[in-house]
Amino acid sequence: MELKEKLLDSHLAFEEQSEVNETIQNFRSKALRIFEEKGFPTKKVESWKYTSLAPIVNKDYALFPKTDSGIELKTVKPYFLYDIDTYKVVFIDGVFSPFLSETTHDGLDVCLLSAALSKPKYKPIIEKYYNKAAIKDESLTALNTAFAKEGAYVYIPKSKVSEKPIEIIHFSTGEQKALWLQPRNLIVVEENAQVQIIERHQSICEHDMVTNTVTEIYAHKDSFVDYYKIQNDLDSASLIDNTYIVQEKNSHASVHTFSFGGKLIRNNLNYFHKGENIMSTLKGLTILKGKQHVDHNTLVNHSKPNCNSHQDYKGIYSEESKGVFNGKIFVDKIAQKTNAFQQSNNILIDNKATINSKPQLEIFADDVKCSHGCTIGQLDEDTLFYLRSRGIPRKEAKALLTYAFANNILQSVKINVLKKRINGQIAEKLGVNLGFDL
Amino acid sequence: MLTIENLHAAVDGKSILKGVDLDVKAGEIHAIMGPNGSGKSTLASVIAGNEVYEMTKGNLLLNGEDINELDAEERAHKGVFMSFQYPVEIPGVSVTNFIKTAINSSRKAQGLEDMPASEMLKKIRQKAALLEIDTKFLSRSLNEGFSGGEKKRNEIFQMAMLEPKLSILDETDSGLDIDALKIVANGVNKLRNKNNAVIIITHYQRLLNYIAPDFVHVLHNGKIVKSGTKDLAHELEAKGYDWVKQESS
Repeated sequence: MELKEKLLDSHLAFEEQSEVNETIQNFRSKALRIFEEKGFPTKKVESWKYTSLAPIVNKDYALFPKTDSGIELKTVKPYFLYDIDTYKVVFIDGVFSPFLSETTHDGLDVCLLSAALSKPKYKPIIEKYYNKAAIKDESLTALNTAFAKEGAYVYIPKSKVSEKPIEIIHFSTGEQKALWLQPRNLIVVEENAQVQIIERHQSICEHDMVTNTVTEIYAHKDSFVDYYKIQNDLDSASLIDNTYIVQEKNSHASVHTFSFGGKLIRNNLNYFHKGENIMSTLKGLTILKGKQHVDHNTLVNHSKPNCNSHQDYKGIYSEESKGVFNGKIFVDKIAQKTNAFQQSNNILIDNKATINSKPQLEIFADDVKCSHGCTIGQLDEDTLFYLRSRGIPRKEAKALLTYAFANNILQSVKINVLKKRINGQIAEKLGVNLGFDL
Repeated sequence: MLTIENLHAAVDGKSILKGVDLDVKAGEIHAIMGPNGSGKSTLASVIAGNEVYEMTKGNLLLNGEDINELDAEERAHKGVFMSFQYPVEIPGVSVTNFIKTAINSSRKAQGLEDMPASEMLKKIRQKAALLEIDTKFLSRSLNEGFSGGEKKRNEIFQMAMLEPKLSILDETDSGLDIDALKIVANGVNKLRNKNNAVIIITHYQRLLNYIAPDFVHVLHNGKIVKSGTKDLAHELEAKGYDWVKQESS
């Protein structure tokens, strides 16, 4: 049976085992109809031109894994920021792991979406925000909405600064067989509040893993949200990340996406502006090899005047890896004095590596500053010679230049421990030890 | 130190060096002068091991050892240094991190441990002082936004740090004002000793007012057509290159 049919057929059973209120039920059945109608996107859809889901869709997956299969701390410890204190919401095969998590209700809520969806005290928040930012007729988001029941729920009240970063980690053990997971996160940051969040999906088995995740983020007036996505998974794991961010007046929201590994990664990152003087930052660093494939599909919807967006994506592609950058900036006719910047710089290390980069600007206002640029190149031989003439061997010289190229993406990471960790991952990817951090 | 025998080199199939012979002994400073397009920078690049240039004939011997087949980094490990006419900019890598990487790469090639951080720091301070470099400058990205003079001073700073046996200074005086020129020349003079050698490649004799060469050679059309003492440099300054060209043709 095809995956789509299997998903549709299983929905009834899913609804029976997951009790929620009528609103959510309504969302689910509507979303299921949209998915039924649209199915998985194919390469005929413009925004999927360079990424085919066929290799992951034409397989059989377990849709509802059994409960917590148990996992040893030492196995997963390296994936945590263990050297600093953090809140943690951890899932194993889609099921919450109380053992690995550290949730809170003390001054802020860092807990489970399933609790938020079912407990009356969260009802006003859920009614106000759940499934409101997501683009409803987008088929993969709809698929997630139809099946979502678990994920992280984060609520930062007015003027609260979260002292500790929040880690949202999904481990997959695939004990039974290939798994298809659909986590859902809801993050609400109230006026003048601040939070830093790190999200990662990590497979620790060799079975095929697919995660189709949706995250909705609401950044209210004067709030600061820094979100870090660490995508450094096994070659058997794929990720479809759908993130929707709604920003109010004077808010700052940044997303850093570090894509270092995985079979197929698709990032759909969408920003919507609901007020003036907003700052939206989108940064990406992609380092791939083998047959890894990463597709960054961004949208910044400038619908209010006097807002800024800054997109900076860098990619380093080796062997037969493939990258896609499709960055759309939409400027509404009332969004005067918009300042939108977009840059995509890429290095192809080997002949068989490819990158497709496509800026898409739709500007309807006349007093705006929008710039975009794209470069695709190789490491410059003259520069390499300069380094080698100083005694730095070719391999290290290449690594040093790659580090230098990646530097500005890393510089804006505000959590030092995380920055150091990513530094280490870059060194590992490049196979050298330079003896210093950027 | 360096013996060049009948060196021929080409780039993209075009012959540039057509039989250069040169013998540089330890403790000596040689100046190689010549008109534009005579092959001066090619000679520097070929000695340093730039693969863009193809050595078609001849021999390069460093302390008697054939270095023809060695890569640029291997030559650097054996003590060859080239100061670039146009040093490259590397945004994101500080001068300090760059020089640390360079020094430790050479040490690694020689089977040595990394230089201890305290020793490195002491050396950096000492050599920066020699070239009148503000230590703040060392945490800036390598050559990024540097003025012409700062770039050249940084080249000589690297030379001071790496302590090469053979240094080739390719048009180091170009883009330098007189103050920077004096600082650079003073640095080179202080770094010279009886165990190292310097080859200065220059169009003008200006730098030679401050660094006195033991020998001056004129390169023309890919060959050394005239050699002499520093008086030759003065003669060239006064009379230009035309008479040498005529003499050699």
